[in-house]
Amino acid sequence: MTNETKYETHEHDVLIIGAGGAGLRAAIEAMAAGARVAVVSKSLLGKAHTVMAEGGIAAAMANVDKADSWSTHFRDTMRGGKLMNNWRMAQLHAQEAPDRVRELEQWGALFDRTSDGDILQRAFGGHTFKRLCHVGDRTGLEMIRTLQDRGVQLGVDVFMECTIIRLLTDGNRVVGAFGYWREQGRFVVLKAKSVVMATGGIGKAWRVTSNSWEYTGDGMALAYDAGAELLDMEFVQFHPTGMVWPPGVQGILVTEAVRGEGGMLRNKNGERFMEKYDPQRMELSTRDVVARSIYTEVREGRGSEHGGAYLDISHKPADYVKQKLPSMYHQFKELADVDITKGPMEVGPTCHYMMGGIRVEAETAASSLPGLFAAGEAAAGLHGANRLGGNSLSDLLVFGRRAGIGAAAFANKTSAPSIDPAQITEAERDMVAPFDRGEGENPYSVHRDLQEVMQNLVGIFRVAEDMDKAMVELEKLKQRAAKVRVEGSRLFNPGWHLSNDLKSMLTVSEAVTRSAVARKESRGAHSRIDFPKLDEQTWGKQHNVITRDGDRMKLQQVPVDAVPDKLLELLAEEK
Amino acid sequence: MADAILEVFRGNQEAGGAKQYTVPIAPGMVVLDALHYIQGHLEPDLAVRWNCKAGKCGSCSAEVNGRPRLTCKTRMDALPTDKPITVYPMKSFPVIKDLVTDVSWNYRVNKKIPPFTPKPNTEWKMYQEDVDRVQEFRKCIECFLCQDVCHVVRDHHMKEEFGGPRFFVRVASLEMHPLDNVSRTKLLKNELGIGYCNITKCCTEVCPEEIKITDNAIIPLKERVVDEFYDPILKLVRKIRGTAKAE
Repeated sequence: MTNETKYETHEHDVLIIGAGGAGLRAAIEAMAAGARVAVVSKSLLGKAHTVMAEGGIAAAMANVDKADSWSTHFRDTMRGGKLMNNWRMAQLHAQEAPDRVRELEQWGALFDRTSDGDILQRAFGGHTFKRLCHVGDRTGLEMIRTLQDRGVQLGVDVFMECTIIRLLTDGNRVVGAFGYWREQGRFVVLKAKSVVMATGGIGKAWRVTSNSWEYTGDGMALAYDAGAELLDMEFVQFHPTGMVWPPGVQGILVTEAVRGEGGMLRNKNGERFMEKYDPQRMELSTRDVVARSIYTEVREGRGSEHGGAYLDISHKPADYVKQKLPSMYHQFKELADVDITKGPMEVGPTCHYMMGGIRVEAETAASSLPGLFAAGEAAAGLHGANRLGGNSLSDLLVFGRRAGIGAAAFANKTSAPSIDPAQITEAERDMVAPFDRGEGENPYSVHRDLQEVMQNLVGIFRVAEDMDKAMVELEKLKQRAAKVRVEGSRLFNPGWHLSNDLKSMLTVSEAVTRSAVARKESRGAHSRIDFPKLDEQTWGKQHNVITRDGDRMKLQQVPVDAVPDKLLELLAEEK
Repeated sequence: MADAILEVFRGNQEAGGAKQYTVPIAPGMVVLDALHYIQGHLEPDLAVRWNCKAGKCGSCSAEVNGRPRLTCKTRMDALPTDKPITVYPMKSFPVIKDLVTDVSWNYRVNKKIPPFTPKPNTEWKMYQEDVDRVQEFRKCIECFLCQDVCHVVRDHHMKEEFGGPRFFVRVASLEMHPLDNVSRTKLLKNELGIGYCNITKCCTEVCPEEIKITDNAIIPLKERVVDEFYDPILKLVRKIRGTAKAE
């Protein structure tokens, strides 16, 4: 029997892996271009991480602050990213975000309104003007529901609860993917002329994270395995405000909108400590700065009762807080017994977002492999060394759309792919191996230990000694992960799923650590205790790029693209 | 540290039964944490859906001590500890495995609903007071607890004739959108069978987003259906004035 008949097989022009904002936006655009499109999702449709985004979508619409423009948004993004950004992505993003937001409204999204009847915008860290289009503190839900409805209306094929375990290649061209249905544990071949990777981030490799179980770095690891380049993997964002108490909720996000709406940070002595770290921007400094500030207060003994900082919005009228921050109000009331209209929240840093990822071209979102595109958190470039709040949702829209166009155009000019059965046989063999082992560890215990290693040794503040230790530990974890044993059947088996996720998490963890060891400076979200300063001479001019070299991970440096003179002027311009 | 006993359904549509697990309790722990403890330490193949663990995605629905709830928002310390805490899958949907149910019916119903359709040459101006009530409906996180608890689905199994509270909320969000220009009353009356709802408000009670499903969505929609199909004078007036929505 050939593989083509042995496995359930589907064929599309464009295969999109991931059904969050970027994947759905890509699907909509590829369908509009006439492509036959399938979206594969690890979870049910509408549950992707985008649903958790709270504060808003950054777009220079100038509805509230009339002086805003794409050039200011561009400048804020580049400065926030400490100039490690791909300048062209930052430019396209700033220029196109307003149209992408208007499009959402035309597809049925209902944003909060100004008194003139326009989309309301709020202040956020690192943004010069009030720029975040929002719906209370549930902007991501509004966005994913709108995109989901639009996709369904256009008739996109959605494969829910289907997990991709390998990209299929023909030479170095990506021609589809191999995966399995979680429900039955049955394998499936998805042939496609082009593939868009929209799989999100990697936060589940850390213990304290705002990320869901899905955030295991699959897309980056799959792309790496297939031969794509990973860019700037050292830049991992720790959001300054996650919940710290009680233990079960540790890491759950507390939206930056609390600070955008006027929330103040204090230490146990009641001091507004941001005065020390960034007296101008205070609580609305960039995330890297605020996260380090809270961490430093705690380390120096001025933390809150459970080892965080106090975040207080209770000086605002209770009705206003409930209207603008409804899910925060409920989250604290129900999970922490705290009424945020009456008293402060306890918050501390939580692993939140991956600036690094698959290296792509700005215009088309094409990766270094023919036929493979990437958008959203899985891709790198737009945010540089640190992402501004609100720039993620706009990233999904702007580059999700561009990836859809790019992938559809690529599919249109290429022939139907042929699939190599050997790759499928190998992937299946590796996947089912954990069932065949007579003995072995539970994948959950390996995962817990990985999270401790990354949390303790490759966290907010990094030092060579810790990271060298992390490299040794990761090597041991790889050995353990290769020997885990899975119990039960193939039907909807989370332990089995994790045995595969572990491989992805270990790949991205190693890439993060290697890149972080190499970058001997502190820039944006990457803070080295042993190299506390910016090094513009060397590291200001180069990116880290990770590729696969047989079984080894190869790290090299590539120059940062020079910003054209015209845009340089924008960067220099003062407010 | 005190322990809790969880009684969790293990099995599928054909066979299965309750199994008890002892789980150590930590401060502020929720039922989903206890399920994760079982997965991580006792039985890694326990099937449970979850994503955000913060009440935002609506994935982790189950029946805790007989009540449909999000397990991520159900505090262990709010439940009596003198007897086992029972955790069963949502009863209205076929069990796939353990706590995971087949909710695909919901996605099929959703496809029947005509999307948001603005008037040609719409000016994109809307005021907060006009979008307030629709924003309430758009808070829905599709946890399907309202579908699970609704008698028409749960006891009378009328999935072919009936849309369920979730989709009345969705239709309401479209019908009451200030710039929408399509009528879905015929759909409500026929395909979605809104007449089967007898306003017991069970859906409103279980909604984790506190959407007033019955009062704010279902009753106004029922009124629209009555106006449209059973009030000939109103229908005539709308026809003469040209204010009827397109169908």
